[in-house]
Amino acid sequence: MEELKAELKAKIIQVLNLEDVSAEDIKDDDSLFGDGLGLDSIDALELIVLLDKEYGIKLSDPKQGKAIFESINTMAEFIAENRTK
Amino acid sequence: MKQKVYINGIGAVTAQGIWRDELFEEAQEITNNISYALQPGYKELIAPAMIRRMSKGIKMGIYASQQALNDAEIEQPDAIITGTGLGCLEDSEKFLKAIIANEEQFLTPTNFIQSTHNTVGAQIALRLGCKGYNFTYVNGAVSFESALLDASLQIETKEAATILVGGMDELADHTVSLLKLIDQVKADDIQQAVKESTTTGVNTAEGAVFFTLSNASTKNTKAVVHAVDIRNVVHEEELAGWVHQFLAANNVVAASIDAVILGRNGDVQFDGYYDQMGKVFAQAAHIYYKHISGEYDTASAFGMAAAVYIIDKQDIPENICWNSIRPNEIKTTLVYNQYRGRDHSLILLQHVESS
Amino acid sequence: MGKGVAITGMGIVSSIGMSVEENLQSLLSNRNGISRIQNIETIHRDSIKVGEIKKSNDQLIAQLSLPDSNNYTRTALLGALAAKQAIQDAAITDVNEFRTGLISSTSVGGMDKTEKYFYEYFDQEDIQKYIPSHDAGDSSEKIADYLGLKGYVSTISTACSSAANAIMMGAKLIKAGRLDRVIVGGTDALCKFTINGFNTLMILSDTDCQPFDNERKGLNLGEAAAYLVLESDEIIAQQNKKVLAYVAGYGNANDAFHQTASSETGEGAFLAMEKAFHVADLTPSQIDYVNVHGTATPNNDLSEGRAMIRVFGDQTPDFSSTKAFTGHTLAAAAAIEAVYSILALQNNLVYANLNFKTPMQEFDLTPQTEIKKKDIQYVLSNSFGFGGNCSTLIFSKA
Repeated sequence: MEELKAELKAKIIQVLNLEDVSAEDIKDDDSLFGDGLGLDSIDALELIVLLDKEYGIKLSDPKQGKAIFESINTMAEFIAENRTK
Repeated sequence: MKQKVYINGIGAVTAQGIWRDELFEEAQEITNNISYALQPGYKELIAPAMIRRMSKGIKMGIYASQQALNDAEIEQPDAIITGTGLGCLEDSEKFLKAIIANEEQFLTPTNFIQSTHNTVGAQIALRLGCKGYNFTYVNGAVSFESALLDASLQIETKEAATILVGGMDELADHTVSLLKLIDQVKADDIQQAVKESTTTGVNTAEGAVFFTLSNASTKNTKAVVHAVDIRNVVHEEELAGWVHQFLAANNVVAASIDAVILGRNGDVQFDGYYDQMGKVFAQAAHIYYKHISGEYDTASAFGMAAAVYIIDKQDIPENICWNSIRPNEIKTTLVYNQYRGRDHSLILLQHVESS
Repeated sequence: MGKGVAITGMGIVSSIGMSVEENLQSLLSNRNGISRIQNIETIHRDSIKVGEIKKSNDQLIAQLSLPDSNNYTRTALLGALAAKQAIQDAAITDVNEFRTGLISSTSVGGMDKTEKYFYEYFDQEDIQKYIPSHDAGDSSEKIADYLGLKGYVSTISTACSSAANAIMMGAKLIKAGRLDRVIVGGTDALCKFTINGFNTLMILSDTDCQPFDNERKGLNLGEAAAYLVLESDEIIAQQNKKVLAYVAGYGNANDAFHQTASSETGEGAFLAMEKAFHVADLTPSQIDYVNVHGTATPNNDLSEGRAMIRVFGDQTPDFSSTKAFTGHTLAAAAAIEAVYSILALQNNLVYANLNFKTPMQEFDLTPQTEIKKKDIQYVLSNSFGFGGNCSTLIFSKA
């Protein structure tokens, strides 16, 4: 699980082009959207593609993303449970 | 009395760096077929959360527009009007390449969203929180002039008091390769500056040039936009007739034009238009600028900046002189541009005291 | 300019008809043009529905009698057809008789060709003629050339509000006495770039779209072109021209909220409508029919609904979205909806908002579900685009 979380942090930084952020800056339970990392609805769509491309999980409704992408912890849990890759 | 349109601010990101008084003095003549703009630092101007999504073109547009607003000491314009020939090409190319490479799978939205032509205007508005009128014109070499015509009309009809107007185009690899393929851009091994060119095609570049226009003259006022005209097709033999008609409609005689700013781009097939225009104004100073700005659809905005510069400073930098005439005073200038025989435009500018 | 700027001609091609009359008949008989895509190869073929014009490029070329050497993109082909109709409808025989302009609009431009030949260009010389057709201005230039027009030609590209802005700019040029006549409108063809783009935003519906419905899932993309001819009062009088309707009011504002989503309060939409009322010197209570932007995305309909309530209070006029007929035709949308607004004025009609079942829970707004006959004096038409670009047009009866 720890490996997955580290992997996620690196991928998020890469895919969302967060140039000034390093993996150490993102805590596992930090809020990704709103006040924490400050991601927005476009980033949510990017993360949905990430789930599909890297882990084989397809979300049909963008609103599902809200709960899944709350933090690195929630993302990692969801992926561990649902990944097909 | 017609409401005047004052030019109170200029901003630019160009192949010669950002807009500044020393730009012409420090300019290096372009001989390469492809010249990228010298990018300034953007971190102080744009928040990291926004900058991470922005292509070159958007960053250049934001920088140039902010510089123009600062120059005019304006915080919020009433309207933002932009022109671009090919829009946000980098994002377009990225998205299209991904569609083809991934066979329509795993595509992400950012590049698509940023590829819409009005993105520069929209991002400027978003950053300023400007809810006013916001248009983007995309029509080849008259994209900037279309925006300028709209802006000056709004000020003249008192629809708006202050307007940010500008032109932006960015280079993207694949598109430039295609333009080289059809000889619109010179081949890699041809190293010819505009004035020595013996070949077809152009030396292309990129840039963003913005102006703050206003209904009021201030200490920052540099010149006045007197009139703008655009015409899709004009044959060489019709040029003189067209320009005389334009001047007459604006109560100006050809003899009073002190300088004519010509968009010569070194394409021997089409630069004849500029020779023709030069003949109509044989007694004026002939200026050229694309040897320092490069050629791209909205490069004529740089031409206008050059015209504003010489009116404001009452001096013509040597390196943009095409002929040897040097007027004592520069009160009225005419900017003329066309591309491959189409998209002709005229911009009549005057010194604030002569207008 | 009491009544506004006169409209003397119109032309349209869409998935519900290749002429004004065909479009009207479809609207009258609730016949939509939504189907599965046929002309484009895409993996999304079975998971989206579109408002596609069931004509191949070759058929369009034949209709325009273009030579084989032509380099028209599909966007230009559709545009030329519609613009030609408009000129004929306005009984114009010499397009250069007066100071005439063309302001077209498009979001796709020549992308339909570019996406097909992106890499092939380097190996095949015979297709290289399409390289200069990529930019947005090309279709406008082609239309001008096809009509033989020499004068002011330009193109606006502000996503889904584009054609409304073209109509607005044309009206202003006539009012300011800069032009005697102007052809205004827009054109967009379906293409893989747009289909995939909207798909990444997850706002496409796999069924027929349901504007203003609580269960709406998203939009159907469409393709179309439409143009109006606007003429000055002097020309109308001089030539004893028939007037179809007037452009009475217009307004453009920016939401300045987000790159693609509209603000919750519909601020940009509200400001655009307010400006249009101001220009038209009308009050909201005078509007008889609102042709809403109504794309059927969760975001737009909510935002637009809120804006309408801010403007009309609890007196929202009869309204409907015709996008359930034609799909969302992007830059052309405001132009085809302008034609529908004019037809509404001429025929005293409110069109049906197809596929509607359940009102949205956020407010009390129910669109017109059946075609309705009533006296129509003023129609308000909304078009909102990416980049927060919000435009409103108000048309009045001739």
